[in-house]
Order: sequence, then C-alpha cells, then structure tokens
Amino acid sequence: MRYALLMHYAEPAAGELSEEVVAEARRAFDVYAKALDQAGVLRLADVLRSSDATTTVTRRDGGLRVQDGPFAETREALAGVFLIDVPDLDAAIGWAEKCPGTQWGFVEIRPVATAFLDGRWSA
Amino acid sequence: MVGLTGGGNHPARPAALAAGRAARESRGRLLALLSAAAGDLTAAEDALADAFEQALRTWPARGIPDNPDGWLLTVARNRLRDRWKSAAARRTVALDPERDSPAYDQQWDFDLIPDRRLELMLVCAHPAIDRTMHTPLMLDTVLGFTAAQIAVAFAMPTATMATRLVRAKKRIKAAGIPFRLPDRDDLPGRMAAVLEAVYGAYVIDWATTGPQPRTLPGEAGYLAEILTTLVPGDPEAHGLAALVQFSSARAAARTGAGGRFVPLTEQDTTRWDPDLIGRAHDHLRAAHACGRLGRFQLEAGIQAVHCARARTGTTDWPSLLDLHRLLQTIAPSLGGGVALAAVTAEVDGAAAGLARLDELLAGAGAAGGRFQPARVLRAHLLERLGRIGEAAGAYDSAVDLTHDPRERSHLRERRAALRN
Repeated sequence: MRYALLMHYAEPAAGELSEEVVAEARRAFDVYAKALDQAGVLRLADVLRSSDATTTVTRRDGGLRVQDGPFAETREALAGVFLIDVPDLDAAIGWAEKCPGTQWGFVEIRPVATAFLDGRWSA
Repeated sequence: MVGLTGGGNHPARPAALAAGRAARESRGRLLALLSAAAGDLTAAEDALADAFEQALRTWPARGIPDNPDGWLLTVARNRLRDRWKSAAARRTVALDPERDSPAYDQQWDFDLIPDRRLELMLVCAHPAIDRTMHTPLMLDTVLGFTAAQIAVAFAMPTATMATRLVRAKKRIKAAGIPFRLPDRDDLPGRMAAVLEAVYGAYVIDWATTGPQPRTLPGEAGYLAEILTTLVPGDPEAHGLAALVQFSSARAAARTGAGGRFVPLTEQDTTRWDPDLIGRAHDHLRAAHACGRLGRFQLEAGIQAVHCARARTGTTDWPSLLDLHRLLQTIAPSLGGGVALAAVTAEVDGAAAGLARLDELLAGAGAAGGRFQPARVLRAHLLERLGRIGEAAGAYDSAVDLTHDPRERSHLRERRAALRN
C-alpha cells in the first residue's frame, strides 16, 4: 500500500532557529531519506518552504481567485511529504516513528486511495 | 456482563450457554481466518453470513455435513473469491448451491484450521483504532455479539454503537491494519493493549448502572480464557484470566437477602464458587511458571488472598499490604491507591489508613474528589475513628457519587446507623 507521511509543525519565525539546529535537521532528514531509499520503499520526498511562500488558487465560488498565503491559517502547517510504498499500516507507522519531523511536530499517515502510475490511475 | 449473557433473572442454563458459546467460538475462529485472508473484516463478515444463510437453506434437505465448520469456511472463501473477481456482480448474482457448496468428500479437520484469533484481537486493539472501541470490537468479532447486545452493555444507543463498529471495521481496511503478529519489538506493547481490551470487558460490569442485573463475569472471563489458549506463554494473560475468575467466583455472594449489597469482607464464603477459584489458581500457577511478574498477576494475587478466607476463615492483611504496595509501584492508579489505603487501615489502624488516603487525594486533584471508592473509604474510616459528624458528611458525598442502587442503599443504611 502507498502511504503519504505528511509532516505538520509550527513554522519557526525568521532567525528563530540557529544555523546549527537547521544543519542538524538537514542531516537527520538526509539519513532518514537514505534509509527509506535503501529499503526500497521511498517513492517521493519533498520538504516544503514555509507557508509565507504559499499561493492559493480556487474557482469554488465561481470566478478564479488567487490568494496570497495558505487556504487556512493554522498554528501547525504542512511542512513536507514522504510518499512510501509498504505492505501495511504497521510498516508505515514504523517508518513514521523514525521521521525527524516527529521530534518537533506531527506526522500524519494517510493511505493513498489511487495513484497515477504508468500512464493511468491505479484501481 | 449486562445484556450479553441474558441477565440474572433467568436461571443459568449451562447446556444452552455452552452450545451458544461453541457456535460463537467457531464463528469467531472462521471470521478470524477469513478476515486475515481478505484483510477486510466487513467483507469476511458478509461472506460468512452468506455461508450461514446457505447452510440454513441446504442443510435441512441434504443433511448436516460431517464437518460443518469446514463446509462454512469453504463456502465463505468461495464467496470472498467471487467478490474479488467481480465487485459489481456481487449484489446481483444469486448463490449457486452446486458451485458454492464444497464437495462432501472434501474433509476438513477443524483442529487443523489455523486459529488466527490472536491476530484478530491484535487488530481490534490496534493503536490506530480508537481506544474506546477496542473492547466492543472484540466482543463483536471474536465473540460474535451483536451491536445491540454490546450497546446495552455499554449503556449506549444501539444505532450509535452500530455506527461506531462499522466505522472501525472500515477503518481497518482503509488504513491497511495488518492481520498478522507484530514484530518482536512491538509485541509486548500490542499485547498490553489486547489485555487492556479484555480487561475492559471485565470492568464494564462495574461501570454499568441502573436496574439491570450485573451478570459478572460474563464474557470477560471467557475472552480471557481464549487468550490464554492463544498465548499460553504470556503470564499476564493467565493473570488476567485468574483475576476475572476470582472475582466472578464471588458474584453470588455479592447480593444478600432482598437484593442487598454485601461488601467483600462480610460475604458468606460458602456462596463462593470453589470450581472457579480452583481454575483461577491454575492460571496463577501457569503465570508464575513463566517467571515474569505483572500488573494483572498482582491484582489476581490480591483476589487470591481474599478468596483464601473461604479456607482459613481469616483475611491475611499483611500479605495484602505487600501485594498492594507492589502493585502501586509497578502500575500506580487512583483505584490502587485507595485500595492500598484501605488495607493500610486494616494493618496499621484506621488513622494510618486515613492519612494515606488523604495524602493520595491531595495529590489527585479534582479526579480524586469525584472518585467514589475514595469517598466510601473515607466515610468508613471516619466512622471507625469515631468522628461521627465528619463521617455523616462523608457518607452523604459518597452516596451522591454512587450509581449502583444496591450499593447506594447500603451506604444510606450505614449513614443512618451512625446516629445510634
């Protein structure tokens, strides 16, 4: 099964984190992604820029609306996605537990319903 | 358990109870196996229901097969396969008895059908399932109780319980919760959740209120027995089985003349069930042989000391004090703390017990103030110390927090007797 590991955490203010802390987090994500890759379960890994770089687009209310910032202001913001392919939830929990993001935030494990693979949507 | 075993107004019918349990036991085993194969409880339940329906239609005419469980399993497996082949056709295509019935020469030995109920119990108590649904899911899937029966036991509307059960089962499939034994590292934690859920079936006997009789131990003891056969090397499973059996052995003596509530120390020991006490001791011995102490074994040990009064005529309070101290060390709880204070009062006097209780309550905050057993003990200890005015107030607040009508009238009587 494919699972998205969605990292959520409070975004640090500019200058809140020292370079040392940032470098350490980078190292942790490097080790983590390589472990996922070597296990053959990693499909995608993206760490996102903070939400002040976000632009939101909607046509839900008729006309096109482009807005500066995320669609909902929350204390914890989506901060990154790891997409993994593992046999079951226990395996997904096992990888989520090791995600560096758990140390300062939350990792949501969301099963993938359908994915566009090899030119078509999977069943 | 309330509502599950038929209630205490009917005389016990051991043969009917045994037959019902055998049928439910085989259903639980078949469901565990089918859902492990399908990874989908709901589909497995539907397939098994189809198989039962087909049995009702064909067995009267053709006779009961030599191995009914094997027959049901084969039919249910065929149904599951059909569903996989054609999800669209499953609602429109009628069962074909010729195709769906297994050949009669195909013999199944039920003892050779693998028992996957532990995997099923682990799924029911999975950390990704809402804790409050662990026990209801087990009662539903492992023991085959209906949502209506479980709803009564949990004092909840049937529709609410049914909805929650359906949601939990869908979630098992959608989230990909596996029907397999967890890794060695994870097993202790996962087993602890299974034990907690079985324990949950035991404590609802105490949590339920109202006029219905509490038919302790009902199914908690049965579930615990099943668990000990699935994991015979787990001392805590044996400890839990022993705990429930010791407690249920005293069920009859808990009610006196006119439905009066009788506290443990005043119970007529000749009304305790010696067979159940014997079985509980067997489980404690099996637990001891595993050589790993745990919370449920200690709780069972405490019950064993209480039950020994049937033999010795006295209660060994110093041993109880040791056991309660140990229990509070390895698994501290508010209830355990109150019990420790009560036993301290028996060994070191009411003043020492009250001091310990007040110390506990000072640290427990608002939860301590609402904890009924603590209020009851405080009233008893104040009475013993001759502080009658304070005891009266303590009894009043205890009565306010007591939901069981029999225990409430018992406390009212004790309060009234203070004036004499």
